[in-house]
Amino acid sequence: MAHPVQTEAEVLSSTAEGAYHRLVLRAPEAAPRVRPGHFATLAVGGRHSSMLLRRAFSIHRADVEAGTVELVIAEQGHGTGELRRARPGDRLDLIAPLGTPFPLPDGPVSALLVAAGYGIAPLLALGEEIKRRGGQIGFILGAPTVAQLYGVEQARALTQDVLVVTEDGSAGLPGPVTEPLAQAIRAIDATVVHACGPMPVLRAVTGIALDLGARCHTSVEEAMACGVGICMTCVLPVVGEDGVSRFVRSCTDGPVFDGARVRWNDIGTVPADLEGAAAMGVKG
Amino acid sequence: MQTDDVDLRVPFGALTLPNPLTTASGCAGYGRELAKFVPLDALGSVTTKTIMASPRSGLATPRMAETPSGMLNAIGLQGSGIASFVKHELPWLAERGARVLVSIAGERLEEFAEVAEQLNGQPGVIGLELNISCPNIADRGQVFACNPATSYDVVRAVRKVAEAGLPVYAKLSPDVTSITEIAAACVQAGADGLSMINTSLGMAIDLDTMRPAVAGGTGGLSGPAIRPTAIRCVHQVHAAMLAGRIPQVPILGMGGIRTGRDALEFALAGASGLAVGTALFNDPAAPLRILDELRTELAARGFAKFTDAVGFAHRPVTAERLS
Ligand SMILES: Cc1cc2nc3c(=O)[nH]c(=O)nc-3n(C[C@H](O)[C@H](O)[C@H](O)COP(=O)(O)OP(=O)(O)OC[C@H]3O[C@@H](n4cnc5c(N)ncnc54)[C@H](O)[C@@H]3O)c2cc1C
Ligand SMILES: Cc1cc2nc3c(=O)[nH]c(=O)nc-3n(C[C@H](O)[C@H](O)[C@H](O)COP(=O)(O)O)c2cc1C
Ligand code: FES
Repeated sequence: MAHPVQTEAEVLSSTAEGAYHRLVLRAPEAAPRVRPGHFATLAVGGRHSSMLLRRAFSIHRADVEAGTVELVIAEQGHGTGELRRARPGDRLDLIAPLGTPFPLPDGPVSALLVAAGYGIAPLLALGEEIKRRGGQIGFILGAPTVAQLYGVEQARALTQDVLVVTEDGSAGLPGPVTEPLAQAIRAIDATVVHACGPMPVLRAVTGIALDLGARCHTSVEEAMACGVGICMTCVLPVVGEDGVSRFVRSCTDGPVFDGARVRWNDIGTVPADLEGAAAMGVKG
Repeated sequence: MQTDDVDLRVPFGALTLPNPLTTASGCAGYGRELAKFVPLDALGSVTTKTIMASPRSGLATPRMAETPSGMLNAIGLQGSGIASFVKHELPWLAERGARVLVSIAGERLEEFAEVAEQLNGQPGVIGLELNISCPNIADRGQVFACNPATSYDVVRAVRKVAEAGLPVYAKLSPDVTSITEIAAACVQAGADGLSMINTSLGMAIDLDTMRPAVAGGTGGLSGPAIRPTAIRCVHQVHAAMLAGRIPQVPILGMGGIRTGRDALEFALAGASGLAVGTALFNDPAAPLRILDELRTELAARGFAKFTDAVGFAHRPVTAERLS
């Protein structure tokens, strides 16, 4: 896990972008530590807030020179609603960077980056990094409807290979984000796929990528109480290097996992062959 | 009274701790991750996540739900077992100068004793906390701490095998008719202290799925939402001690401590130790802030020593104080 920094970060800007909100925060100590795939957490509502749990967001960008960290936020409930109302000059309690970032290739590779909705947030910086290493990239950006697409122009600035998909057909191809996936992997000869989005999307993307012989790195979103590895609420069943499956913390061991190691079909259960399942009375 | 002069030291068994603050079991893991935010030796002690004999996967996800000023958790005591803890975690903690209160549990009496025995003579261990009150142990309708007889038996079994002089604390559940009755049984069985309180059993329904929000159905409620319950428990048991109905032993108070004011409230009710749990999730650096705030709150009320504030709320109101 990255060594995180906790700071009272000043809000430099807070702008509505389609269905989302982009927050730029001053966090000069955190910014140089950020790698693509890291996430950050924000406390909501101050010391006496009744919302005790911090909210987690992928880090969209970190600018070392400006000393800033950017987040893309979708309003879901009260916490993100409150964050949307943050104004320049406000201070937010930020912890960043957190988690394990996307693995970076040593040399040139061809990578397909797949995002659903705000899942694009950590993938643009990743795409830049892959290109810097001589690699080539393609994007598939999906959303339920056009308003929920994010970062299409930014992706196009990095590569010509950008496919847009909306479930209602309001922009790009109609259908789910996985629809054009196999064809896109073949089209750019991708040997690696990086994906960020809801669990069902990640599960499907992993299946398709593995079938075509590509590695698949997925950034998962599991509910987190602490984000720093002390509460054990955020676990997923993952196969270890020793072949043994365990519940591992998605905040410290993830959020980026090798998709082939995550037991997608067993999320939300205690599979009988998981280490320590017998002690829970789970029988095989 | 100068804030810096306030003496926060507290006795703990034969030791003197630099301050009364510890982490609540299960809210700081085994300390490694928290150490990135708080130097562990700056805390009076560190309480580990509850450890059992063998590895446990814990319950299925989702394991938590936020509730007003609190949260529900249903972790189910995930852990890799006592042998792994002694080998991999304890030496690391001891090297950092952490004073470790090890929380242990068992499905059966014998398991409690077996785990306790393995901690004898281990570096860094300053005490044991018996988690007889976890609401998330599967297949058990009732926790040990719901019954004075089973509570007595567990404490007795551990006290028998634990190193002489190593304080053994029993951790009590608020979900009982008479917490003083359970407290009395634990002290009679040889408990050197009482930890109060564990989480209170609760439930939330997810309106999207229209099913319970945590996979385990019920979960343990923690955070400021349970503070009034915790203060009541500490006050009741301390009062019973003052009245001579229970031999006097130290109380480790917890349940929603988030600020120095909350910490002082527990002390006034009768707690001589204070544990921070859920607040760590909001602010992992909370312990040091709370200690600073506690010093200020004590100084503002003219307390030169933390120990002078312990149980103060039980003193009769005098005419002098009313004037
Ligand atoms: C690693 C990670 C990265 C994320 N990145 C982003 C991002 O870049 N942009 C973005 O908009 N959102 C992101 N999310 C989701 C975001 O954390 C939730 O939308 C947000 O916490 C909802 O808070 P709320 O108070 O508005 O909703 P409520 O429903 O009121 O929240 C109640 C509780 O549930 C938790 N919760 C609710 N939804 C989620 C969720 N989807 N995932 C995890 N916890 C949840 C909250 O943290 C809170 O504890 C990410 C989540 C994780 C775990
Ligand atoms: C996520 C979580 C895990 C917990 N795990 C344990 C545990 O393993 N053993 C235990 O004795 N108590 C456990 N508790 C209870 C706490 O130690 C504490 O008694 C309770 O949360 C009240 O304090 P708080 O409001 O400050 O959190 C846990 C609490 C939470 C929130
Ligand atoms: S969110 Fe607490 S351990 Fe991962």
